[in-house]
Amino acid sequence: MRWVPRAGIALLLVAGALPLVFPTGFVLTAATLMLLTTILGQSWNILGGYGGQSSFGHALFYGTGAFTTALLQVRFGWNAWAAAAAAIVAGALVGAVASALVFRQGLRGSYFALVTLAFAEIARVAVASFDITGGGFGLLVPLHRGAAAFQFADPRVPYWIAWLVVLLGVLLAFGLERSRFGARLVAVRENEDAARALGIAPVRVKTAAAALSAGLAATAGVLYLQIFLFIDAANGFGVAVSVQALLGPILGGLATPWGPLFGALALRVVAELVHAVLGSLPGIDLAIFGVILILILRFAPGGIAAIGARRDV
Amino acid sequence: MSTALLLPALIGGLANGAVYALVALGLTLVYGVLHIINFAHGSLLMLALYAAWILWAAMGVSPYVALPVLVPLFFVLGYGLQRWVIGPAGHGRETNVLLVTLGLSIVIDNLALAVFGPSTRTTSIPLATRTIDLGVMYLPLPKLIAFAAALVLSGLLWLLLTRTDLGRAIRAVARESDAARLVGIRVTHIHAATFGIGTASVAAAACLLLPSFYVSPDAGYAFVLVAFTTVVMGGMGSFPGALLAGLVIGVIESLSGLWFGPSLAPVGIYAVFALVLLFRPTGLFGARA
Repeated sequence: MRWVPRAGIALLLVAGALPLVFPTGFVLTAATLMLLTTILGQSWNILGGYGGQSSFGHALFYGTGAFTTALLQVRFGWNAWAAAAAAIVAGALVGAVASALVFRQGLRGSYFALVTLAFAEIARVAVASFDITGGGFGLLVPLHRGAAAFQFADPRVPYWIAWLVVLLGVLLAFGLERSRFGARLVAVRENEDAARALGIAPVRVKTAAAALSAGLAATAGVLYLQIFLFIDAANGFGVAVSVQALLGPILGGLATPWGPLFGALALRVVAELVHAVLGSLPGIDLAIFGVILILILRFAPGGIAAIGARRDV
Repeated sequence: MSTALLLPALIGGLANGAVYALVALGLTLVYGVLHIINFAHGSLLMLALYAAWILWAAMGVSPYVALPVLVPLFFVLGYGLQRWVIGPAGHGRETNVLLVTLGLSIVIDNLALAVFGPSTRTTSIPLATRTIDLGVMYLPLPKLIAFAAALVLSGLLWLLLTRTDLGRAIRAVARESDAARLVGIRVTHIHAATFGIGTASVAAAACLLLPSFYVSPDAGYAFVLVAFTTVVMGGMGSFPGALLAGLVIGVIESLSGLWFGPSLAPVGIYAVFALVLLFRPTGLFGARA
């Protein structure tokens, strides 16, 4: 599939140049959301695609990122950049601890999906119940425009930061495909017992992948917070976030570096088309995403990136 | 903690738990046979709640009367879903099947949101407002009916599985699907029939639930994690296990609501769920393999 990397690079370049044509407004906002979805999707792709561990609770890591940075700023007066760094570390840590707990017990497949969902739901209900996390109202970061506060009057700056993180995610995926660690991860996905027989420690490899994945998801959460300056329990830890995380890479192409970007773009385009044709009927875009998910699984299990490839599934 | 508070909480928890057990029965059947976790289970429950609500709102049919109509209807729906959607799209891979049912739940939930809007609907039938004096508290009659129905339904399912040809075929497929195919059982048909029975029992649960509950597009979601917890705790595929686990979970929820406040009550359930999955994934009650 020669067209895949070419299309990927072209798409990335177009995305990078887009703010020069649309410096503000609707297109830039839609594109910003697409980039955030790409980052979240790439995060899911690392664990679910390369690692083969389908998480239904990626909101746990995303929400940890968004809420940690919001909490540190709002309640403890931290500088936004320091809070962002701490939030990414916190996300990776939560990912490592949660998945180590699960993988140590030998849980995989549906069980892993269920436990991650339960963890994310515990976080959502807990965050909505405590005053320090804003309870049912959420947390609002006060407006302090300026680079020192990670808040930019020009919406293109956070856009380009998100774009850089997308690029980083793609490079990370390529790194996985070429590195020893990535080879171990894929080996564990394909046959855990065989991998163990070769001297690979499956729990350690999967936990490391989960930490990496969670750190990237937390980064998406941090960016979301710094752009919109608001987070609540549903936006951070809701099931919709976890669903969004897995839709993109599955649609775009699992375990491929460009899949999450293709998927996020396709989803955004579909969402805008649905909106243009059917108006703002609540839920209709998600319903169509669900249909797309089923159709992809049924007819094109390799996603967009596998179009043109011989079917070997 | 005084008994004056504790006893009503216990009884209320048991009554809620019976409803959880009722909802979980279909899920545990589907898991036991198809070895898939049906993420759309809660959404199908919500769909059945709407179906029962529409019959009541449009024609004044009591949900209890609607039950014999909706059960066969939802059997057909479940059969079709497994036969023509979940089966073909799953390609026999566990993760794929899980994702397909997740996709189904997204579709059903959001279509309901688009069609019915986010508002909460309730029925008001005279029977539902009656209560029974238990000395320490008043128990709403619908909860008692749900309690009895959970027992009856699990009994019926047990009879179906052990005393009928269909049940024997289902158990054969559950245990050894390749061998079942060799002796002439049509495995895809049995899978679909099992999913149909699971969906039919969720419709029964919905009819029994509606008089004392409400329906909204996210009504299924309130139950789906609880149902998973029930199924896992009771041992995947076990009816008595699901029944017992449902009751235990109802009590846990009611007690954690009593101690930590109502908004944190679900955390008790999810925590139990995560703990059971982590430390006793085969269930608390010694399920059959």
